[in-house]
Amino acid sequence: MALLEVRNLKKHFPIKKGVLSSTIGHVKAVDGVSFTLERRETLGLVGESGCGKTTVGRSVLRLIEPTSGQVTFNEQDLLGLDREELRRVRASLQIIFQDPFSSLDPRMSVGKIIAEPIRNHLKVSRAEIRDRVAYLMEKVGLHPEQISRYPHEFSGGQRQRIGIARALALNPMAIICDEPVSALDVSIQAQVINLLIQLQEEMNLSYLFIAHDLSVVEHISNRVAVMYLGHIVELATDDELYRNPLHPYTKALLSAVPVPDPDVRKQRIILEGDVPSPLNPPPGCVFHNRCAFRKKMCMEEKPSLKDVGGGHLVACHGG
Amino acid sequence: MKDEDKPLLTIRGLHTLFHTLDGTVNAVDGVDLDVYLGETLGLVGESGCGKSVTALSILQLLRCPPAEIQGRILFKGINLLDLGREGIRKVRGNSISMIFQEPMTSLNPVLTIGEQIAEAIVLHQGADRREAWERAVEMLQMVQIPEPRARARDYPHKLSGGMRQRAMIAMALSCHPQLLLADEPSTALDVTIQAQIMNLVVLLKKEFDTSIVLITHNLGLIAEMASRVVVMYAGKVVEEAPVQDLFKEPLHPYTQGLLGSIPWIGRKLKTGRRQLQEIPGVVPSPLEMPKGCRFHPRCPRVMDICCEQEPPFVRLAEHRRVSCWLEAE
Repeated sequence: MALLEVRNLKKHFPIKKGVLSSTIGHVKAVDGVSFTLERRETLGLVGESGCGKTTVGRSVLRLIEPTSGQVTFNEQDLLGLDREELRRVRASLQIIFQDPFSSLDPRMSVGKIIAEPIRNHLKVSRAEIRDRVAYLMEKVGLHPEQISRYPHEFSGGQRQRIGIARALALNPMAIICDEPVSALDVSIQAQVINLLIQLQEEMNLSYLFIAHDLSVVEHISNRVAVMYLGHIVELATDDELYRNPLHPYTKALLSAVPVPDPDVRKQRIILEGDVPSPLNPPPGCVFHNRCAFRKKMCMEEKPSLKDVGGGHLVACHGG
Repeated sequence: MKDEDKPLLTIRGLHTLFHTLDGTVNAVDGVDLDVYLGETLGLVGESGCGKSVTALSILQLLRCPPAEIQGRILFKGINLLDLGREGIRKVRGNSISMIFQEPMTSLNPVLTIGEQIAEAIVLHQGADRREAWERAVEMLQMVQIPEPRARARDYPHKLSGGMRQRAMIAMALSCHPQLLLADEPSTALDVTIQAQIMNLVVLLKKEFDTSIVLITHNLGLIAEMASRVVVMYAGKVVEEAPVQDLFKEPLHPYTQGLLGSIPWIGRKLKTGRRQLQEIPGVVPSPLEMPKGCRFHPRCPRVMDICCEQEPPFVRLAEHRRVSCWLEAE
């Protein structure tokens, strides 16, 4: 059985207006997303801003309460748990955030930040905590001598390492990585990606790797899911997805990525217009108004995610 | 590229200093570069390398003091640094214009898009308001904004990020500049929107025959857009090369490291390696620049001399130079 199974996850944010705060509509940030994450696997979740990828990550952990759906982690139904049970589960399902500047408490020393989860979850002596923190710092490439320093004394890359050490503190089984490298410079980005790969191998971690950078996602993932306007439109192994994309959106997305090779002059598919507002998603296939291959059916009926062979899933009426 | 041997812009010995309470920061430390007619020059480097400050120095968009700009910036033979405040105002947005990374903060929120574009046309071309407004609408149409006449009356907050960037490009090109400084023009945008914007830039460059300085950290964009590349590190140029040479045979260990550290689609499959090449360490603080070569603490091929003496520029061919002791031997 998969370590994490998400079924038909939905998160609709109500829009309130007026003195009585009456709900005038819903932003369908995530509208029926299903996927699985296996043990020791990295599943990439990619999409452009506003596609709902971050909301998926947070809903899985219930940092945002999902509207409906099913989330099973390690054979436990997460959405049915009470606060205390959820707290315990979160020891093995952790998260790393995008912004290494705002996700660390500026008034806590690095030692305190990394020790906090240990203190909250385990009954251990101070000396043991200290040893564990030093071990974790070393593990993520920080100097244990810096234990009493504060976040502002570190660079962006080092701060991201602190966030990773905090996530690792309780030996989690899975980590949700929400854009962990997008705020970092290229050379630092490579350091953090390498660190994540190395830690995965050593500690048998599973990653749900959420990012907008298709090259980074391809590099780190075993399988990749592409999201558009609250839906997964395609899901396949990374080789399959990048070499044989089937959904017109995936094709356009991949063709838009600039390749660092001046000899490659690729055929670019330019999508017209912007992503529609999730407040008023188009009927039928959410992509139909930007799709060059739309048929009449696409405007009426929502395509479901179907297996077209070898675990390659695609939600499209075409082809 | 035409008029190969005629630089439109020549920068020599550019030093941009910031006098801060903690000391003087040499954000740009002796930069030389040329931009030729009709070419796209890529200016690459990580944050803090001085690439944006170089562009801002060209148009003197820095508050002086605390900033201090020294050196020569020759645009069609005239030193922009000698022009004075009024003189440079006649250049800005006219023969040299700039587009910025953040279209949200670089447009004026209390003026409509049309007014902002028309402003430059009135100022530089002496058009009357009605004429300028018509030209603004034309420009919006040219950057492929749907319903340009209606959009001209909109305020920036009503436009999406991609549309705002288009409006900014319309503004930058409204007076048909000869040189466009594009500072991370698509970094804040999604890839599909980035592709739209870059397509547009290529189209307009052909239309207006504008030279472009493309400032970015995205090597993919450089490979696609630039014909020549200047790599900067810690306030200095470390390498210059035609784009093909830079990607095929990078000479400076920093350039090599940069190219090795980026994931690109197909790389894992091609190299069979999941680990990326890393550049160890971090960019040095501008207040504590290392002695000798500024890259030496992070360089995998560091030698004794690198820690002591700054490497000279070795010119290997036209437009091919590198500042590294390995090549100086």
